[in-house]
Amino acid sequence: MSDVAPPLLEVNDLRVEFRSGREIVRAVNGATFSVRRGETAAVLGESGSGKSVTAAAIMRLLASPPAHITGGSIRFNGADVLGAPMPEWRKRCGLDIGMVFQDALASLNPVFPVGWQVAEPFRAHGILDARAALERAEALLGRVGIPEPHERARDYPHQFSGGMRQRVMIAMAIALDPKLLIADEPTTALDVTVQAQIMDLLLDLQRERHMAMVLITHDLGVVAEVADHVAVMYGGRVVESGPARDVLSRPAHPYTLALLESVPRADIDQQQLNPIVGSPPDMATMPTGCSFHPRCRRATAECRASLPPRIEMRPGHHAECFRAHEVFDGR
Amino acid sequence: MAADLPTSRSKSKPVAGDAPIFDVRGLVKHYPVGSGFRLRRNTRFIQAVDGVDFAIRKGETLGLVGESGCGKTTVARTLMRLEEPSAGEALFHGKDIFRANAADLKHMRRRIQMIFQDPYASLNPRMRVEQIIAEPWVIHADVLPRSQWAARVSELLESVGLLPDHAQRYPHEFSGGQRQRIGIARALALNPEILVCDEPVSALDVSVQAQVVNLLERIQSTFHIACLFIAHDLAVVRHMSHRIAVMYLGRIVEIGTVERVYRTPRHPYTKALLSAQPRIDFAKKGGIERILLQGEVPSPASPPSGCRFRTRCWKAQALCAERSPALVADGPNHQVACHFPVEVTDAMPHSRPPIAPGNKHSH
Repeated sequence: MSDVAPPLLEVNDLRVEFRSGREIVRAVNGATFSVRRGETAAVLGESGSGKSVTAAAIMRLLASPPAHITGGSIRFNGADVLGAPMPEWRKRCGLDIGMVFQDALASLNPVFPVGWQVAEPFRAHGILDARAALERAEALLGRVGIPEPHERARDYPHQFSGGMRQRVMIAMAIALDPKLLIADEPTTALDVTVQAQIMDLLLDLQRERHMAMVLITHDLGVVAEVADHVAVMYGGRVVESGPARDVLSRPAHPYTLALLESVPRADIDQQQLNPIVGSPPDMATMPTGCSFHPRCRRATAECRASLPPRIEMRPGHHAECFRAHEVFDGR
Repeated sequence: MAADLPTSRSKSKPVAGDAPIFDVRGLVKHYPVGSGFRLRRNTRFIQAVDGVDFAIRKGETLGLVGESGCGKTTVARTLMRLEEPSAGEALFHGKDIFRANAADLKHMRRRIQMIFQDPYASLNPRMRVEQIIAEPWVIHADVLPRSQWAARVSELLESVGLLPDHAQRYPHEFSGGQRQRIGIARALALNPEILVCDEPVSALDVSVQAQVVNLLERIQSTFHIACLFIAHDLAVVRHMSHRIAVMYLGRIVEIGTVERVYRTPRHPYTKALLSAQPRIDFAKKGGIERILLQGEVPSPASPPSGCRFRTRCWKAQALCAERSPALVADGPNHQVACHFPVEVTDAMPHSRPPIAPGNKHSH
């Protein structure tokens, strides 16, 4: 890679567990990925794979207890995130990182007009007075494609449709021109035509502002279309990562391959689907060794006994599997 | 499990030339809006379903797609008489479900079974799997003598890929995919002729979704059951269906064989919907352009005059506001409701070239 810029965000071997009573749920057991300015890194995984917990850990949004970060590091713009004093981090995070959640209705305050909410970052950081902040908020609402922003700024969240609410959230997230935007399933609750509109808006904003974006998603199609890099999570670990095109067109981890084979496609006429047997692991009782082994056709005694190594397939493309070369070569 | 699968294509052909076993004509469902007291005449109505016609033949799967609020679930619920329709008829073997009395309805429901979206909410948490699957036989007492229940439950569990031992467990002991299998076993208990599946795999994870899709396909082809398959996921519907109906704001805008509708969509909405689906395809660079629809779906309480899609349609003309287009034949097994259907030569509006991720940062 000829990129000279160091990554804006570096997550290295992150580990998070939730402790309640005697039960320990290891939600993240080793997540490693990074993203540079102007790039989109997708974190791909099914429910319970640890992708949202990873996002929340980056923002330091996890309440402790029950959550405990038991290992690994997160660096943002070269500085340690997890060790920073909370008030300092809050300030920096507020200025430099924006976040968009899946459920816009739950993330917006129902009793305040949306304009007031979008203006909040300007007031909270003492950047603008209330009046000027509202003007900026209206301009932002216009930028994210809300018609008649001046009038609509006075409306409440329930007066907006799902897609429009997601636009409001995006306006709020980009208000302070963040360096990084974290989008946690931003289009999952939306219909496909609205999803296309919102993804389009996010990409436009990213290019215009040269932001880095971490996109948390379960949708392979979305990854294929928008991501530069992808980190595939399974059982709390990033099992494969690399340039999205490389990973999806020539996967090296059996899980990624199986996922690609099991997804129905709208663009081609398929024969039978090739499903993955069994179901995703229960985080409280994780399998030994490679967490995918109970569902893997290639699993051997080795896979059950020990954690597979992280193998570099091509520059920047890694897979955690004993038989990664076999999968990579299509054997 | 794989042994009894047809080798070439898992979708079996529907019996051609058969009269439809299920024929829905002019289905309308309007919900009144406003307070409970309706003394005034000018009550407004949410026009959830506004004149829907379709037919299903024996062994055929009809996919019903559309975005949230288009009325597809309301169609399913009225067909099951879980909601009373405002108008229309639904002929099942020539008999109208909507006008059936309680006794007839009970008899018909034996032949029409439903699979629900939410596998967590559709199974009674206090019943064992055995009781859940056997419940239809309690209601329809003449189907199976009690002495055979246990054996039949085991058989059904096996046919949906579960173990006979699972009969003694409760729903909470199962994962989402397994619960959906239990729901399918229950639906099969009465040997139905038609299954109404309302988003049966939407709540499932990607890796589990394929298992249930395959199961439904296998069941459908082995038992030759017809199916109304409702979903918003165009890929799943393409995989499951022989024919597909696209709904927009309470009406069917296009209906036809999967091949025709997916390859040469004629309604602008179908075209936009198909183009919006994200795809995993690096080979076809610059192939399909994405149509970004402007604006939002209008409220079904006050739909636009004429064609309901016209407010978002790039081909709309004055005629579209005046006259509502009828669903008319457009080639074999293909009907479209549009005054100005999409031609292959059309220039696409609001479109942008697909994003090629690998090339965005080719430093």
